[in-house]
Amino acid sequence: MTKADIAHVIYTRIGGFSKKESIDLVDLVFETMKETLGRGEKIKISGFGNFVLRDKRSRQGRNPQSGSPITITERRVLSFKASQILKNVLNAAPNPVAGSGLDPAARAPMGKSATAP
Amino acid sequence: MTKSELVEAIAARADLSKARAEMVVNCVFDAMTEALRSEDGVEIRGFGSLKVRAHKPYQGRNPRTGKSVQVPSKRLPFFKVGKELKELVNASRLLGAIRGGNDGDEEE
Repeated sequence: MTKADIAHVIYTRIGGFSKKESIDLVDLVFETMKETLGRGEKIKISGFGNFVLRDKRSRQGRNPQSGSPITITERRVLSFKASQILKNVLNAAPNPVAGSGLDPAARAPMGKSATAP
Repeated sequence: MTKSELVEAIAARADLSKARAEMVVNCVFDAMTEALRSEDGVEIRGFGSLKVRAHKPYQGRNPRTGKSVQVPSKRLPFFKVGKELKELVNASRLLGAIRGGNDGDEEE
């Protein structure tokens, strides 16, 4: 799945957005997230997961090819922590968490306004 | 930034109502969740990619009691940060400490 596929989902599911607008909106979502993370701010998407930032101190590492020791400089890294809801979805949990956000019926507001102008 | 703050940012920047912006944001994460569920990965250039990794069952231990427990096989999403975002994030060190509301990596 790429941005184009996500744009297609927006285009077909929401209604009222042209194909071009759908593409621009997907771009905007990822661009906004990128800018946020790029100014050192983490992002929490309930029901999906958290994009967390962590500062790492410099440490001794090894070149995996030659085995020679090298110093890994200090850096800030990004990692993704999936929410329990997403983990349950992927493992087809027998007791799905209420409001997992995947049951189309549970996302009534979206369905209702699918014909918005 | 929380999801509702992301919704507000999208509403402002795309000149949409909050309700419409929320549909867009929900749609993006729903689409990605559905892709992961159907074994498909997600690849956003400049941002990163999400894939599902299957983990085999293993004999683990309860770290508190030390008792050995059987951990079942599971599928977990794995995010690989894109090169551009990786560099952007690292450069943000120069802007100061990590921000993002209440601290910690807690889940919802």
